[in-house]
Amino acid sequence: MKYTQGKYIITRKTAIAKEIYSFTIQCPEVAEVAQPGQFVHIRANGFTLRRPISICGIDKEKGTLRIVFEIRGEGTAEIAKLNEGDLVDMLAPLGHGFTVDSSFGKVVLIGGGIGTPPMLPLAQIYGGNATVISGFRNASAVILQDDFKKTGAETILCTDDGSAGIHGFVTESLRELAAKSGIGAVYACGPMPMLKGVAAICKENGVFCEISLEERMACGIGACLGCACRTVRNDEEYFAHVCKDGPVFKAEEVLW
Amino acid sequence: MADLSVKVCGVDFKNPIIPASGVFGYGREYEELFPLDKLGGIATKGTTLHLRTGNLAPRIAETPSGMLNSVGLQNPGIDHFIETELPYLLTKDLVVLANIAGSTPEECAQVAEKLEATDVHMIELNISCPNVKQGGAAFGTSCEMAAEVTRQVRKVTTKPLVVKLSPNVTSIADIAKSVEAAGADAVSLINTLLGMRIDINTGRPILRNNVGGMSGPAVFPIAVRMVWQVANAVKIPVIGMGGVSSGRDAIELMMAGASAVQVGAAIFTDPYAPVRIVEEMNEFLDSKGIASVRDIIGTVKPWT
Repeated sequence: MKYTQGKYIITRKTAIAKEIYSFTIQCPEVAEVAQPGQFVHIRANGFTLRRPISICGIDKEKGTLRIVFEIRGEGTAEIAKLNEGDLVDMLAPLGHGFTVDSSFGKVVLIGGGIGTPPMLPLAQIYGGNATVISGFRNASAVILQDDFKKTGAETILCTDDGSAGIHGFVTESLRELAAKSGIGAVYACGPMPMLKGVAAICKENGVFCEISLEERMACGIGACLGCACRTVRNDEEYFAHVCKDGPVFKAEEVLW
Repeated sequence: MADLSVKVCGVDFKNPIIPASGVFGYGREYEELFPLDKLGGIATKGTTLHLRTGNLAPRIAETPSGMLNSVGLQNPGIDHFIETELPYLLTKDLVVLANIAGSTPEECAQVAEKLEATDVHMIELNISCPNVKQGGAAFGTSCEMAAEVTRQVRKVTTKPLVVKLSPNVTSIADIAKSVEAAGADAVSLINTLLGMRIDINTGRPILRNNVGGMSGPAVFPIAVRMVWQVANAVKIPVIGMGGVSSGRDAIELMMAGASAVQVGAAIFTDPYAPVRIVEEMNEFLDSKGIASVRDIIGTVKPWT
């Protein structure tokens, strides 16, 4: 099985910041095959289009997935109305995830705002070999810091206004780390300007970099070609699709 | 168990449900979820003479009870379709409608000509794509152009030729009569309605193409009306589509005059929609004691 569609029970729901929710979902067959960087496509009651949400946790033993999402509009607001014990209609797991390779040695995981959740499964794999740089607008938007600390990863917190952690952008911290040698890979998810900055720093320093992109999506499985992304493959321009070719791309492939 | 089989232009469908062009690619992604032989047919992604990269993103927007798309006919080109996708689809037990498009009538004919030597079952000529600058809807909004492109394709193909019509016209019945006179074996309708959404925070249209084609349950009553008008205007069969999301919707469109029904945006909400719709149609017919789905085609009793 690559992906499946079904209704799964929400076993835990918590509000972890303003308009940001965490669901733990009992879905053994999905958890069994899910990979870091993949996403789930959730039906919002009363809406035509499903909403793609990245996977924030995979527990194959318990058969659960965790997702963390922000209310961005009416669709995600509808999904946020679901409660513990309710069923969530999911098409999952979807997309092409991160390249995980222990030979990378030290890795840097970068999350910007609601782009932070997909970094957690990577932190769980890389543990003490990972440094997590996460950036948020302000202290009240900060999420998942305790979860990252539990993985053994080093954490660097940045806020745009300095109300928590370092006053500044994640790219500044990355630049400092990249100046020291020994980083094997950088993984990032967040706003496009941040990803562009991360990709540029990695290119300058010759570091392997994968980024997770976001796009408005319909089918979620590569059939409708709605979520186009301009990329280069084999020296030719290629309109890739975020749902199937991504959401994770090698940074060097993306045409910004 | 009611008899769900239908015949359109001499081609037998085991049931009247066909995923519409553009939502279903060439079927591979959905086969991960269910066997394609549960479907009556498949209308493939609109395919052109050469590869097309399509429009810039965003190409998708939600609308009340529906959606907009502006994919812009991204496809790998007809040669790739014939070499790779068609042989795969022909191993499945379903009717393959090759949806084709072009920038000029000559280009449409060239694509159809390449299909002539294949075993594809039907050609669906798209004269109604709202998302491309040349061809597309420009063909579908004038009786003369619609007839001209149909004539050119008719000359080069012996395959059953279905012409897919645009709803963005004053009288869809007049367009249907024009393509019938030009040699179409059937018509399919409705393609999407031209729409637009604006992000009021940025003042920018949500779609990078500014405008796009609207589909989904919101357009269903328009589809019913247009299918009914066209079925009353032409003698050739009508394949109905537009916002169908349940077995009841499919029955309604057939009562309006459709011989078969395509399902589009509903598949995004529920990927199993085409399979579920077949089951729901069967349940409805059984509950009414109707032996064959063919017995409901065009049976609406309009008020006089």
